[in-house]
Amino acid sequence: MTFSLKGKTFVIMGIANKRSIGWGIARSLHNAGAQLIFTYNRDRMEKNVRDLAEGLEGETPLVLQCDVSNDESIQSFFHAVKEKVGVIHGIAHCVAFANREDLEGEFVDTSREGFLLAHNVSSYSLTAVAREARPLMTEGGSIITITYLGGERVVRNYNVMGVAKASLEANVKYLANDLGKDGIRVNAISAGPIRTLSAKGIRDFNSVLNEIEERAPLRRSVTAEEVGDTALFLLSDLSRGVTGENIHVDSGFHIISI
Amino acid sequence: MSEVLERVTKIIVDRLGVDESKVTLEATFKDDLGADSLDVVELVMELEDEFGLQFSDEDSEKILTVGNAVDYINSKL
Repeated sequence: MTFSLKGKTFVIMGIANKRSIGWGIARSLHNAGAQLIFTYNRDRMEKNVRDLAEGLEGETPLVLQCDVSNDESIQSFFHAVKEKVGVIHGIAHCVAFANREDLEGEFVDTSREGFLLAHNVSSYSLTAVAREARPLMTEGGSIITITYLGGERVVRNYNVMGVAKASLEANVKYLANDLGKDGIRVNAISAGPIRTLSAKGIRDFNSVLNEIEERAPLRRSVTAEEVGDTALFLLSDLSRGVTGENIHVDSGFHIISI
Repeated sequence: MSEVLERVTKIIVDRLGVDESKVTLEATFKDDLGADSLDVVELVMELEDEFGLQFSDEDSEKILTVGNAVDYINSKL
């Protein structure tokens, strides 16, 4: 069993800026000695991601484009990764999207288009990424994704993203079963609300955060660093017997009822 | 220049990469400073951190110019 990630390569998808959960994961893996590859989707994010990559001490992560809603983009991304590093040992999938108008009001009003968009980017992308990554994970590996309590229970304004997260959580289980025979594990982290760019797209997010600080067992919200350290556990051999799991890093809020 | 405007200006210049001379009280974030909707969300988050405030969604939506932001912050401090 090894805790160090020296000599291992991980892909982190979904870093937007210094507040991103993906960036918290990047720092935890980097501190454990991992080699990293970052992706960005649209051009407007490229500079942010490159600046963060260049700010890390030691080896600068590769930064490559990958649009997870496009199969060709995913294929050409992994083709480039194969050329540059050959083998990878894990992926942190921290990608989700829904139209802002679908993150307020009533879920029942979600359009077909908005529903499919949220599921395409936030859930199917994990299936497509796992499929293309599998041939590069020849030494076994670990894939993680980020979900939220809204996929298990109704969270105000989370709406279509909650339904997409439920899909993502089932996705993790089916992928875990398929890829287990190749020594590839697939798990989710259900993160408590964190003030990220995406979270701020949810109507009335500040009040959600305030409620966590009052009612969660730890009486505080969690940080991207805390999610990063759980990601480090799930991506390292420390968790080698764990797959298909969903670990809540949420100050314990998921156990609370009235 | 008020201290609030100075701090707001620094954040805008930093985030949007615009010239300081363009950051006037009348300048609109979208048209004059070229911010898209994600830039605006990022700016609001930076301002919340800088001044230790929470901007409600309703209030954020009314902030269209640099002057609006400065007035809002002053009213909350």
